[in-house]
Amino acid sequence: MSLLGKLTLDAIPFHEPIIMVTMTVVAVLGLLVAGLVTKYKKWGVIWHDWITSIDHKRLGVMYIILALIMLFRGFADAIMMRLQLAMATGGASGYLPPEHYDQIFTAHGVIMIIFMAMPFMIGLMNIILPLQIGARDVAFPFLNNLSFWLTAGGAILINISLFFGEFAKTGWVAYPPLSELSFSPGVGVDYYIWALQISGLGTLLTSVNFLATVFKMRAPGMTLMKMPIFTWACTWANILIAASFPILTAVLAMLTLDRYLDFHFFTNELGGNAMMYINLFWAWGHPEVYILILPAFGIFSEVISTFAGKRLFGYKSMVYASGAISILGFIVWLHHFFTMGSSANVNAFFGVMTMVIAVPTGVKLFNWLFTMYRGRLRITVPVLWTLGFMVTFTIGGMTGVLLAIPGADYVLHNSLFLIAHFHNTIIGGAVFGYLAGFAFWFPKAMGFKLDESWGRRSFWCWLIGFFVAFMPLYVLGFLGMTRRLNHTNNPDWNIWLYIAAGGAVIIMFGILFQVVQLVVSFKNREQLDDTTGDPWNGHTLEWASASPPQYYNFAKIPHVDDIDAWTDMKEKGLAYKQEDSYSPIHMPKNTSAGVLMSAALTTFCFAMIWHIWWLAAFGLLGAIVVFIKRCYTSDIDYYVQPDEIVELETAHNTAATKEVNA
Amino acid sequence: MSIRNLCNIALASLVLALSGCKGGVLDPKGQIGVDEKYLIIVATVLMLIVVIPVIAMTIYFAWKYRDGRDQEIYAPKWAHSNKIEVVVWTIPIIIVAILGVITWQSTQQLDPYKPLEGKGKHLTVEVVSLNWKWLFIYPEQGIATVNELVFPANVPVQYKITSESTMNSFFIPQLGSQIYSMAGMETKLHLIADEPGTFKGFSANYSGAGFTGMKFDAIATATEADFDAWVNKVKNTGSALTKQSYVELAKPSEYDPVKYYASVDKDMFHSIVMKYMQAHGSHGAMQHAMPEHSAHKKHSEDEE
Repeated sequence: MSLLGKLTLDAIPFHEPIIMVTMTVVAVLGLLVAGLVTKYKKWGVIWHDWITSIDHKRLGVMYIILALIMLFRGFADAIMMRLQLAMATGGASGYLPPEHYDQIFTAHGVIMIIFMAMPFMIGLMNIILPLQIGARDVAFPFLNNLSFWLTAGGAILINISLFFGEFAKTGWVAYPPLSELSFSPGVGVDYYIWALQISGLGTLLTSVNFLATVFKMRAPGMTLMKMPIFTWACTWANILIAASFPILTAVLAMLTLDRYLDFHFFTNELGGNAMMYINLFWAWGHPEVYILILPAFGIFSEVISTFAGKRLFGYKSMVYASGAISILGFIVWLHHFFTMGSSANVNAFFGVMTMVIAVPTGVKLFNWLFTMYRGRLRITVPVLWTLGFMVTFTIGGMTGVLLAIPGADYVLHNSLFLIAHFHNTIIGGAVFGYLAGFAFWFPKAMGFKLDESWGRRSFWCWLIGFFVAFMPLYVLGFLGMTRRLNHTNNPDWNIWLYIAAGGAVIIMFGILFQVVQLVVSFKNREQLDDTTGDPWNGHTLEWASASPPQYYNFAKIPHVDDIDAWTDMKEKGLAYKQEDSYSPIHMPKNTSAGVLMSAALTTFCFAMIWHIWWLAAFGLLGAIVVFIKRCYTSDIDYYVQPDEIVELETAHNTAATKEVNA
Repeated sequence: MSIRNLCNIALASLVLALSGCKGGVLDPKGQIGVDEKYLIIVATVLMLIVVIPVIAMTIYFAWKYRDGRDQEIYAPKWAHSNKIEVVVWTIPIIIVAILGVITWQSTQQLDPYKPLEGKGKHLTVEVVSLNWKWLFIYPEQGIATVNELVFPANVPVQYKITSESTMNSFFIPQLGSQIYSMAGMETKLHLIADEPGTFKGFSANYSGAGFTGMKFDAIATATEADFDAWVNKVKNTGSALTKQSYVELAKPSEYDPVKYYASVDKDMFHSIVMKYMQAHGSHGAMQHAMPEHSAHKKHSEDEE
């Protein structure tokens, strides 16, 4: 047995020009960035202020950077697929053989759900949630850092798979028996398993962390029913994570035992049963989509009430509707496989339960409508995303209810109609929501607003591109085109495949304009400067802090009397108030334990994938050693002294008051 | 009712115009498919009753209450109304209640396991998904085919479905429902063609490298006599499907041409379903004879 397990030079796909070019570009870009960081002597800053930071705001920023990088990767996969399907018509085989194409659609799904949407959502939650509840950080700041690096470790693994070995060729759900060793003998499924396991651990720890934060660290006076709606939405999502992610961990662990130790949980032979995997996978997978969408709903609620200059209509309805969605989300999983042969009663039950979810979701839509009613809606970029969402998502909801009818699903299951539906809800719902939140809270995190013109251009490209790219897929579903085909030979389909590829190009411009927007805004940051910390006349406590917030968030924790706590403070004249004296603030110290533990665990996962047992042992042992060392470190906190606080607070309050009075 | 019918017709014609009306699930040629198409249209129209107003209200409210139109009443603190709350909860509940009833009834009616009643005696076809082709066994006729399914129109067909290895889904869009094929298990499906014709059939569940090629023609003959003639043709041209030739057939291959078997071992389908139930030791004799990676190697060599 080789010292490097299954890893040999053959693992590098030299014969794949697309991958080799990508590898070269990534290497050149990486060297360029490293060179610039060295030139400007920023390694220290990156290490001390970011990588080892346990500040929830900085971790949030890093999560979003990760999400944006993964968005580029996932979108590159998407446009390659659309190009392949536009080229491979009428008997042509296109430019991607199944060997490569099958990896791309698997990677696209995994990356977009697990490494784009989740980090984006968790990033926004990290930056905003503690501020909204008037807390100075999360309950377990070190754990928060560890969670981020575990997620990043998963993302690194999945990207390594592009250059060393292969990724799974199973679809993002990795159904056995296809994902079992007998049908997928390569390392692809192992990359899938370990990338999901390590990032899933990070996500689970995040949910525990934020639940503790919300339940224990709210500002005085903030009862649960006075929590901002985004915080509520995230809390429901965190409850869902805590309840559902262990199922994913368990089901992947069982698949691991099948593949590594010749167990037979899901194999064809020796009593294994793949249906068990499929049930368990969706018992996680369906709550997962609500984990993505609920925080987006929260963002839309904040955006629409802020820019309409009104309180949110039906706050209680919103809270209970989210709760209903969360609970119902656990009893609908079977609608992902009505075609497995369950009895009519079972299928009908899960179909009806799925439709019931449309009720609280519909209520939410009406509540956003009535929040606009008799308001003064400023049509800013976040509002455009929200309006675009309300139109788009309604259509996605409708097609979702259609798919929930077993009789309709029998002909639409696994068709491009399904693909159109879930992109309709995930892009038109979750992604639009995160982009709304990105534009809305960008000034809070970075201290300057984003350029509006480029924001609008990006929005219109995304919206139009979405419709051009995905409406044809609904038609193709009706025309009988199933998903994951490598090439087609049906002249009736061609036109729709070409249009869809065109839509993907329009979305590409949407993403490109988002980048331009960042560059332009950074250049004009002086003009776009946010000195008040409250650029939109906001309602909730995150706007009571400076932009970007002081590292301790609040010099004095405010007392909360209203859901719109910051509006209430402004009306009572308590905003930007300089205190006579400040008490010292207890703060946690940065630590490298998180990144080191994650590095060790990522090494462990990589070694497990390639069967390099000695390295796996070192990786696991390394993580345990760092953890124990961290447990025995007592130098983990410090106090910010009043002099420093007075200085920072005076600067902010003076500038803000001056700006507000002007 | 007439308004609803009108809506149905309008929507159906719109969708058909959109889809070029050939060959898909909106162009059904069998009773199950027709019922499912009607179900899709009714449900869509019902939902549009809410969806269209919501979209219209979104655009209208955003325009009407936009900043800068000061003539409007501005009510920044107005955030609750029992009347509106009742309405916004009730409307979706009513629509979902109606859809729920439709769902319950249609799911019973369209249960793929339910034999089609009142259509006479049914034909039985045993379907096996192999990597990456379809095997159709006709137990009553004692023949089998690869990648071609023939049956008479207007005769209900009962499909017994299983898989040799990975999971697939047996689907002929113009006839209606699909059902998964799973190794070691038997699933059932009942379909009928209302008119003769050649319909596209394929796997609707991804099963690996050769999945795209898992297509077959489903041919409904005009009369039963035509079907019998075809059976005779198969009996006269094909070879025998025995346990040995099945092992050969089950090896992974792609884009297999249509193949006829004049005879087939009597308990072939049963033994495929039960092969994983055999005692430890003798179990994977068939399976391990054909590891999948060999197919991948062959495939990539073909590419080069």
